[in-house]
Amino acid sequence: MLKKDTYDVVIIGSGPGGLAAAVAAKKAGAEDVLVIERDTELGGILLQCIHNGFGAEIFKEDLPGPSYAQRYIDESIELGVETLLDTIVLEVTPGRKLYVSSRQHGFFEINARALVLAMGCRERTRAMIQIPGMRPAGVYTAGTAQRFVNIEGKMPGEKVVILGSGDIGMIMARRLTFEGAKVERVLEILPFLSGLNRNYVQCLQDFDIPLLFKHTVKFIHGKNRVEAVETVAVDDKWNHIPGSEEYIPCDTLLLSVGLIPENELSRQAGVELDPLTGGPYVDESRQTNVPGIFAAGNVVHVYDLADWVTLAGYEAGKGAAKFAMALRASEEVHIPVLAGNNVHHVVPQTINKRSLEDEEIELQFRVRMPVEDRVMIEVHDGKNQIARRLARYARPGEMNTITLKPKNFADVEKASSITVDVHPR
Amino acid sequence: MVEKRRLICISCPVGCELDVTLDEGKIVDVEGNSCKLGLDYAEQEIFDPRRMVASTVRVKNGFHPLVPVYTEKPIPKPKIFEVLAQLRDIELEAPIAVNDVVIENVLDTGINVIASRDMPKV
Amino acid sequence: MQEKYDYIIIGGGVVGCIIARTLSRYEGRVLLIEKEADLCMGTTAANTAIVHAGYDPLPNTLKARMNVAGNAMWDALAGELNFAFERRGDFVVAVGEEELPALDTLMLQAKKNGVPGCVILPGPEVRRREKNITPDVSGALWASTGGICDPFAVTVAAAENAVMNGAEVKLNTEFKEFIMEGDRIIGIKTNKGDFLSRWVINAAGLFSDFVMHQAGVRPEFKIRPRKGEYFVFDRADVEIDNVLFPVPSDKGKGVLVTTTVHGNTILGPNAEIIDDKENSSTTISGMEEIWAGANKLIPSLSKKYVIATFAGLRPMGNAPCKTPGVNYNADYIIEIPEEVRGFVNLGGIESPGLASSPAIAKEVVDLLKDAGEEMKVKKDYDPIRPARPRFREMSQKDRKLLVDMDPRYGRVICRCENVTEGEIIAEIHAPIPAITYDAIKRRTWLGTGRCQGGFDTPRVVDILARELGVSPLEITKRGEGSEFLFRPTKKVEN
Repeated sequence: MLKKDTYDVVIIGSGPGGLAAAVAAKKAGAEDVLVIERDTELGGILLQCIHNGFGAEIFKEDLPGPSYAQRYIDESIELGVETLLDTIVLEVTPGRKLYVSSRQHGFFEINARALVLAMGCRERTRAMIQIPGMRPAGVYTAGTAQRFVNIEGKMPGEKVVILGSGDIGMIMARRLTFEGAKVERVLEILPFLSGLNRNYVQCLQDFDIPLLFKHTVKFIHGKNRVEAVETVAVDDKWNHIPGSEEYIPCDTLLLSVGLIPENELSRQAGVELDPLTGGPYVDESRQTNVPGIFAAGNVVHVYDLADWVTLAGYEAGKGAAKFAMALRASEEVHIPVLAGNNVHHVVPQTINKRSLEDEEIELQFRVRMPVEDRVMIEVHDGKNQIARRLARYARPGEMNTITLKPKNFADVEKASSITVDVHPR
Repeated sequence: MVEKRRLICISCPVGCELDVTLDEGKIVDVEGNSCKLGLDYAEQEIFDPRRMVASTVRVKNGFHPLVPVYTEKPIPKPKIFEVLAQLRDIELEAPIAVNDVVIENVLDTGINVIASRDMPKV
Repeated sequence: MQEKYDYIIIGGGVVGCIIARTLSRYEGRVLLIEKEADLCMGTTAANTAIVHAGYDPLPNTLKARMNVAGNAMWDALAGELNFAFERRGDFVVAVGEEELPALDTLMLQAKKNGVPGCVILPGPEVRRREKNITPDVSGALWASTGGICDPFAVTVAAAENAVMNGAEVKLNTEFKEFIMEGDRIIGIKTNKGDFLSRWVINAAGLFSDFVMHQAGVRPEFKIRPRKGEYFVFDRADVEIDNVLFPVPSDKGKGVLVTTTVHGNTILGPNAEIIDDKENSSTTISGMEEIWAGANKLIPSLSKKYVIATFAGLRPMGNAPCKTPGVNYNADYIIEIPEEVRGFVNLGGIESPGLASSPAIAKEVVDLLKDAGEEMKVKKDYDPIRPARPRFREMSQKDRKLLVDMDPRYGRVICRCENVTEGEIIAEIHAPIPAITYDAIKRRTWLGTGRCQGGFDTPRVVDILARELGVSPLEITKRGEGSEFLFRPTKKVEN
């Protein structure tokens, strides 16, 4: 269970952006850093990206996704980052209160002095590109198929057509080939590759998997399971070219048709989104329009390399730590003024201790019950008296005051709260 | 005899298109590369094409039923499916640590297959 | 030993399930069979989810009578069965002056059909009530009794309540033929064996013609499926908070723009008459037709926010209306035919079949009474189906109480719709177990959001396998033949 209910920096998501933010926040001086991850372990989607190609920018090495993640997992644990796994954030308020739920830890609230959104992105689906046809089993986004194959060790299909030449699509073409499936085609509606050239070479060309540009899926056949897809060539305006249809028997259609920043929590928190990126507007420290809420990685805009996500995470983590430390400092300067014995309320409810260095602070209050005799009005910090004043009587109908003076500063400075009491003399 | 070959360099994400000129089986010119890696790649790809191979291996009593593994260095391209077949037959026992050797000197290539993450025991 | 029932209902759509629930109120054994792996797999699965007010059907048809009577029964039904139903009213929107007379026709029809609470609103008033509507709106018929519901929830709740009251439901059980004794039906043969019964009720929807033909009834009756396609929008991006019909045409009620009880705006349907009763495919032309139709009402819609498309089939029949002088050939059939005994025959129950379903069930009971059945109410009949927790609809405070009570409700499996493991497990072990992915989806609304199951599918497959005690490879989307997974990766043939 959690050690605290308030953290300096809370990070939602433990992919490359989230882990980098955690590490950077710690290094920048944040004391209490918490990462919340909805999956059962840290690392995010990197864990299912078992192929090489990570780390060129940062480590000058060619690492698989899990190895890349492992370095940041190890580092964040060494630095004392706290984590909550298998835990979902249901809502974030603009005041950075998080409603959080998990089977293991239950349902609870966490307050963040600064928050880093690192939820990553989600895959575009069949519906978003409106592929017509039946709705059988066997239509998967490439990432879902990747999880099945690489994490769970189960094959989602044997004869596969892939729509979209994004990196995950091409990488899955190779992965499925490695595990004994036959990839019949990769189709790309654009006249050029969506992913990286090197993935075309080592994922498709190496295994003679045909890639057709300016082609798409016209119809999905099969009532229960995909039985075939009908493909079609398109012109420059994506109009289908009649007569170019081809019926390809297969049991699976994988979609690699783009990624969208995942910002449902951001919206609830009042974070404004840029319609061009689908992610929040951020400044150079990756702070959003909501003070204290930062965002980094694919949640802001979709990157092609994890290394860049990591670098963005560093910026957000640093910015968040700075914000949190400033807030923490101001929390320590402000102390609450509490209503004690026979006091109904006191205004101001909090004071900035430093103000007492050069000016007086008048505390205004009302008593609860009338006392028609002399009373002692007393201000104390729980142990020691700080100020006092005698009054001839005290009545709820008449406001009372007691004034703290610069000479009280030394006493007040030590206090974490002060209380006003009214006692019969 | 002069021969032209068109390659796409896979050394980094840039993916330069290389125009390689061979004379009597020797590279005499490479164009289109934007760094030295391209020259090395052309040499390698023409005479001994190699690839990094990443796959999974079954794990007993692990947090997941599989652990991801990869070849520390690129292996000869023609051996890819042989390596995959070997990996298919292996079953490891959790716990496994990142960089643990899964197959030493796979198919006498001098290259190890190693784990790419920790796999704790359950 | 063959099982003996008093009533067998063929078909687990909304009509069959509400009949089962209604009959479970009376003494006698009730069995409902459904050929698919879940209830609600046919027409009930894919429609506009509207409880129609009753101004559309031609006056004096059975359709009109059932619609208006059925509509009035929904408040009690929703109250007893605990499903979401909102009587928020609906608009028939006239665009341009030339469509205004159609509203008068509908208003007249509403009066003849006995639909309460209808009024014609002028254009500016319609614009005030729905700010996104086309500026060319000239007026609207406002029917205050129109409602929206979740047809899956209705159907499952009705079937569950039937089971609570002693009825049986058998899934994956397909009707083949009747067992006859002279001119009396005494049972049915199915792929799961024979079942005897005093009465058999045809609620087979798209296949109701096949069933009645097997009984030798109405050989001329034919179901022609009318396919309707739909778009679903992300509720975070598109919020049309009303039920908007265009003025009807000879093709039907036209393409609607409507909200749902889940908050998603949907568009549709078109109406394409097809032959194949299994062909619930979406098509390019159909989707274009819907888009054009919907844009006529709401010009500001953007395809960017579409999160799902689907198609459904309405079982349009060719039964003539029995009322003398009414020339109409697609009326409902609700009858005890003379040719055979022991058979209650329903057919052609297309839209507004959902709205009509409680009235149809009542009509079936009345017919049985007329046929001499005593229909004695059970002493221990319990009309209340308790609702199960729906995390997504709860306040944060109530969520905490729920998770404190049962931590399985703390684990969110569907991130878009906030559906928890506790809810999934409850559905797997419900009175009518949800044993496929789609069954869980229909009951919990999981997988219906932006990512369309991308995140939850592997997790749901695992939970289903665990709870049912089978391999994940056996878990299906919608029944046998729709398995998600083929083999372990490391077991390669050859």
